[in-house]
Amino acid sequence: MKKLIETNHISFSYEEETGLPLVLEDLSITIGQGEFVAVLGHNGSGKSTFAKHCNAVLLPRTGTVTVDGMDTKDEDKLFEIRQCAGMVFQNPDNQIVATVVEEDVAFAPENMGVEPAEIRRRVDEALKAVGMYEYRESAPHQLSGGQKQRVAIAGIIAMRPRCILLDEPTAMLDPRGRAEVMRVLRQLNRENNITVVLITHYMEEAAQCDRVIVMDDGRVLMDDIPRRVFSRVAELRQVGLDVPQTTELMTMLKEAGLPVRTDIIDEQECVEALRALLTR
Amino acid sequence: MSIIKTENLTHTYSQGTPYERVALRDFNIEIEEGEFVGIIGHTGSGKSTFIQHLNGLLAPTEGKVYIGGEDLWADKNDLRRFRFQVGLVFQYPEYQLFGETVAADIAFGPTNMGLAPEEIERRVREAIRFVGLGPEILEKSPFELSGGQKRRVAIAGVMAMSPRVLVLDEPTAGLDPRGRDTILGEIREYHEEQKNTVLLVSHSMEDIAQHAKKALVIADGRPAMYDTVERIFARTDELTAMGLAVPQISRVFAGLRAACCPVPDNIYTVEGAAAAILNAVKGGADQ
Amino acid sequence: MIRDITIGQYFPGQSAIHRMDPRVKILLSVLYIVMLFVAGNLWGLLLGVLFGFAAYLLSGIPLSMIGKSMRPVVPIVIFTAVLNLFLTSGDVLWQWHFLKITKEGIETAVFMSVRILCLIAGTSLLTYTTSPIALTDGIERLLSPLKKVKLPVHELAMMMTIALRFIPTLIEETDKIMSAQKARGADLESGGVLQRAKALLPILIPLFVSAFRRADELALAMECRCYHGGEGRTRMKQMKLHGRDLVSGLVTAAVFAGVLLLNRYVHLLPTIW
Repeated sequence: MKKLIETNHISFSYEEETGLPLVLEDLSITIGQGEFVAVLGHNGSGKSTFAKHCNAVLLPRTGTVTVDGMDTKDEDKLFEIRQCAGMVFQNPDNQIVATVVEEDVAFAPENMGVEPAEIRRRVDEALKAVGMYEYRESAPHQLSGGQKQRVAIAGIIAMRPRCILLDEPTAMLDPRGRAEVMRVLRQLNRENNITVVLITHYMEEAAQCDRVIVMDDGRVLMDDIPRRVFSRVAELRQVGLDVPQTTELMTMLKEAGLPVRTDIIDEQECVEALRALLTR
Repeated sequence: MSIIKTENLTHTYSQGTPYERVALRDFNIEIEEGEFVGIIGHTGSGKSTFIQHLNGLLAPTEGKVYIGGEDLWADKNDLRRFRFQVGLVFQYPEYQLFGETVAADIAFGPTNMGLAPEEIERRVREAIRFVGLGPEILEKSPFELSGGQKRRVAIAGVMAMSPRVLVLDEPTAGLDPRGRDTILGEIREYHEEQKNTVLLVSHSMEDIAQHAKKALVIADGRPAMYDTVERIFARTDELTAMGLAVPQISRVFAGLRAACCPVPDNIYTVEGAAAAILNAVKGGADQ
Repeated sequence: MIRDITIGQYFPGQSAIHRMDPRVKILLSVLYIVMLFVAGNLWGLLLGVLFGFAAYLLSGIPLSMIGKSMRPVVPIVIFTAVLNLFLTSGDVLWQWHFLKITKEGIETAVFMSVRILCLIAGTSLLTYTTSPIALTDGIERLLSPLKKVKLPVHELAMMMTIALRFIPTLIEETDKIMSAQKARGADLESGGVLQRAKALLPILIPLFVSAFRRADELALAMECRCYHGGEGRTRMKQMKLHGRDLVSGLVTAAVFAGVLLLNRYVHLLPTIW
């Protein structure tokens, strides 16, 4: 797999002078083209700060970050980097600039100086990709949270990025909105081969990703496929995170001496495992 | 006697305009004093409209609301005292902080009640304790606190009014799991100590399963179910048909029953589930 | 409710008026206002009213919206009309003690009222049929010659767009904060001026804090979308003059000429009253 984003032993602090406390400490993460990665961690674990390093919103104090081969410290490449790795934020209201959906989606390509006819094409394409094409002439404040967040995603897609970074995009949404956003992300990942880096608090969302990175104190605590990460119930609890209820149940049964696997994150799989246990 | 009672409560927004929308229709519910009720429903089901009727922020288009047996709208000029009986914590309450200090902000409600300064002071200290923060925070500006702390200060501001009913609209929205558990734990302790009524609106079935004793399901502007949490989550199929989630563990058990495994239908927590499975496995081994 | 404010409300549509070039629409709106004030007699004014009415019919905007747009200015209109009615000197038609109504008074009152109402209806039609973005774009492009004298035209237009975008959001937020403070017993309705002003603090402070937070987040989001001012920026919607713009310009000019002719040759027509 081709490397897309690489942080190389980076450290970072918001305190310019003292350089303490460190929010990121000797952090090395590599994300490949086409991956679907969730980043978990409690508030203050550094996950958001990490994401902001991936599109040159923040620059590392030490170490280097490269995005598609470009060093984020290279000021001449700033717009190329931001176009390559687009970012979606938590509050959908505070990232929509225009008063009409399609005008908002056009915002980034307009900034990039794309030809008008090409912008039109990209905007339509992006809105269709997130299922908001019928709402292209609506005003953003008339949309639901999930719809607004999909518009924000379309606004990024219109830049034709290789990667979308999402900083808790579902935190302010209801379950329906969360499901809509997740469906769109999976589809973009699968059909358009767009790399997705999803920062979230919701374990059920992380369970749908291909890879889960757990951060704590500015470092990587775990980095593995979801089922292996979630089977480490005690450690996750330790750093203030949840596990899916299925995993929790299987862990409790195992501790009670039953012969079960603890790496179960899927309901259907859990039903099968329990059925096997009960009909033994 | 029931603390909250509504009679044919109907609420229509923008009545008489093209934007007219009925949010509540013939809404009848009675909630006993001292309950901890989880309120479940989609966005737009009418649950926000319902809770805003309990302290008179919204007026019924038709029907009546009774708090402690008294008609809320019997005398419009006397409405404000119900605001202190039914404390309402809105979503993202930290965005309403304004006081110069945390103490001043929490004192806003008690001051509006016209309490004596010593009593206000006592209420502020008590409230900050309820939300698990130390008294040293009282002299800080609310704007220099962390997100989770701000949220807790805002909740304390409503607790300080010592309302008979505390209503919280998604108090944990946007928090990380640790922040969520802390706040829900504090609300539960507060409820157990004060023995007052708590209504908790949440999208998280897991949270309601873990903390509430009863659940009220609102759909299409009507109360669709009102029962103990155990009996509500036993109706997995109905809830799913309404497009509402049930705790993941309830879905697993529904799946097991569909596969003809003899497991109980009143499982809604992981602890309960583990006990039931162990019981069944042991029972099978004994035979 | 504060949510009922309609200023700057856009009704999407596909009518000829919707599809007109915003620059032309802005210029013609200005021309229309001038026309209202140039009209020196009732015939001319009637022509102006009919022209405005025809434009509404063509736009497909519900006629009830005309009334809605006028509602906020009704007190002003009534006030000026009453002043004009009683204070203009001339042929006395009716008198009671010091109050008198003159022919000229009625005329001025009618003129002023109709002018103000048409002015509001006309500019409302502009905002009803032009998306705020197109409107600011139009203004930006009309003003772009001023860039040469270092006027930050793009920045001003961007600020206006963002302001328009956030008005509904902030109105909703104000509503929410008011409810929340009322829930804590805030009394916003009683007391003297000073007391009421003080009672507003619990609403204004959170509103400002929130507006700054939003501004901060929006600025970051805009940077992440490669925003770097107006330089090198293209636009999805190009502004090109079409046949309909030319036609509408000609029609308006013709009506304007009609008003001027009526000013001059009104004596050839029967008097209206």
